[in-house]
Amino acid sequence: MTYKYKIEKIDEYSWRIPREGKMRVDGIVYANETMMKEIQKDESLQQVINVSHLPGIVGHSFGMPDIHWGYGFPIGGVAAFDLDDGVVSPGGVGYDINCGVRLLRTDLQRIEIVHKLDSLVNTLFSSIPSGVGSHRKDLRLSHQEEKNVLKNGAQWAVSQGYGSKNDLEHIEENGRIAGADPELISERALERGKAQLGTLGSGNHFVEVGYVSEVYDAKIAQTLGLQKDSITIVVHTGSRGFGYQVCDDSIRTMIKASKEFNIELPDRQLCCAPIKSQQGQDYLAKMACAANYAFANRQMITHWIKESFERSLHINPGESKISVVYDVCHNIARIEDHIVDGRKKPLCVHRKGATRAFPPHHAQTPDAYKEVGQPVLIPGDMGRCSYVLVGTEKAYTTTFGSTCHGAGRVMSRGKAKKLASSRNISRELKEKGILVRADSRATMDEEIPEAYKDVTEVVDVVEHAGISKKIAQLKPLCVIKG
Amino acid sequence: MTKYKLIDHTADIGIDIFGNTLSDLFSNAGFAMFDIITDITAVDAKDEHIVRIEGIDKEQLLVNWLGELLYLHDVKCLLFKDFLITDMNKNHLTATIRGEKYIETKHAINTVIKAVTHHALSVRHEHNQWKARVIFDL
Repeated sequence: MTYKYKIEKIDEYSWRIPREGKMRVDGIVYANETMMKEIQKDESLQQVINVSHLPGIVGHSFGMPDIHWGYGFPIGGVAAFDLDDGVVSPGGVGYDINCGVRLLRTDLQRIEIVHKLDSLVNTLFSSIPSGVGSHRKDLRLSHQEEKNVLKNGAQWAVSQGYGSKNDLEHIEENGRIAGADPELISERALERGKAQLGTLGSGNHFVEVGYVSEVYDAKIAQTLGLQKDSITIVVHTGSRGFGYQVCDDSIRTMIKASKEFNIELPDRQLCCAPIKSQQGQDYLAKMACAANYAFANRQMITHWIKESFERSLHINPGESKISVVYDVCHNIARIEDHIVDGRKKPLCVHRKGATRAFPPHHAQTPDAYKEVGQPVLIPGDMGRCSYVLVGTEKAYTTTFGSTCHGAGRVMSRGKAKKLASSRNISRELKEKGILVRADSRATMDEEIPEAYKDVTEVVDVVEHAGISKKIAQLKPLCVIKG
Repeated sequence: MTKYKLIDHTADIGIDIFGNTLSDLFSNAGFAMFDIITDITAVDAKDEHIVRIEGIDKEQLLVNWLGELLYLHDVKCLLFKDFLITDMNKNHLTATIRGEKYIETKHAINTVIKAVTHHALSVRHEHNQWKARVIFDL
């Protein structure tokens, strides 16, 4: 295959797509040589280039090592825009606004629960609704109450008895992004949101119980409350149908806005508006609603996880000491201060399938982690492992405080299904000591480990590039999937 | 004639849709989406709905049409199998769609589609045939 763009190797772990044609900045992609060959097989680098066409982009259009072909922005894409002449794009955030990951720690040891995994996975699967038409039968939201969710996020959930105030201190932005305006939300989005709060969703969303299998930095791991062989839980979900509807509604507005502001688009999915315009401001206010919805969702699911542990392991409430290590957004646009040409400047940073990775002592790094840096949570596929990292000064100065978000797919779902069709994936994983309950066989087959890049390779790239620091590895014991 | 074919996309699903007329193309697009979601042969055409869709051009009309079907599926748990376009131009369509409510014991959900995107979207007439490309977010 021939490509229309040039790629220059900067060093072992980073590559430059030099600015040409209508590109406003260079593209920078983090990957090793082998990964780079693989990355070039799909359209993701063209998407890095497309993003660099957008007005007001600052620095570079970034691709993280888990980059793959998305829609509009690549998945694993980071781009920052000047507040004065830059744009905000719903396609730079994605449909699942604040799709993100939460890590819980416990005082339980692996040895205490390995023989009870059957009961635990079944209880989790029945307590946390997933799949088509799923909803919580015990949750009836009024219109007004839903608007409170949108305004207050995880803080709303805590006020309703789902978790404690301490949890909030361990969530990006304390689980509530300011500026959310529920009055801008369409009836359709409200309707979709009402039914789906407290549900996991489908596809790559999951709850995974695992254990700390490796510790790379004992001191920092201790600050994060992670000890070898202790039980951890990873929650991966987002804003459900509510977020999709907000994105869909906003794209309709932004297609018109792009015309109004004469913004030339290389792909309609990149439709956008100046950050300062009414359309731009409205999008940010609606996006904050969806982000808060997702924070509330993960907070509520955490509560049911605690209940499931107590019920299936016959332990008294509180005895498992389940607490939140951290909760990060993977799909979001944030107004943040960064250093541009030696001066501090507020920018609108889009992270689409990427994680904030703020360094020690940064104002927005939570107090509990001020000395070590903001935790970065990187889930892998269901058969291998996940990683906990922390943000670094280098990430802050080079990638607008951003790093990768996961393993990243390498195989289409169709190919994965074909590969899995003659195999029993559930049994294969069971033989490795991992119990999986999924809503359908299709989900299980699409999510086979081989469909993903090896997360260890992805994490090694961001560590060698200096944009995150590896702290611990987690291995799965049981997983529920939507 | 083939109604649609899947194209290889790393994370999501893309389809190329074919039709003799623009109405055919839109009808086949509806079919393709539900053929991906479920085993469409197990869906009965019990309930009828009429939908009216607007769009600034035929591309957006296609996304809005599929988006509307997906909304009805997501919120009302409906599965559709018949898509009769009764009236359309490049900015508007009216359709009668038939299907039934999802029943867990009767219908398999093969793929959950989250959204219909505008990425790489195209609707064109070539070699006496209508052809469209749509990428779904999964």
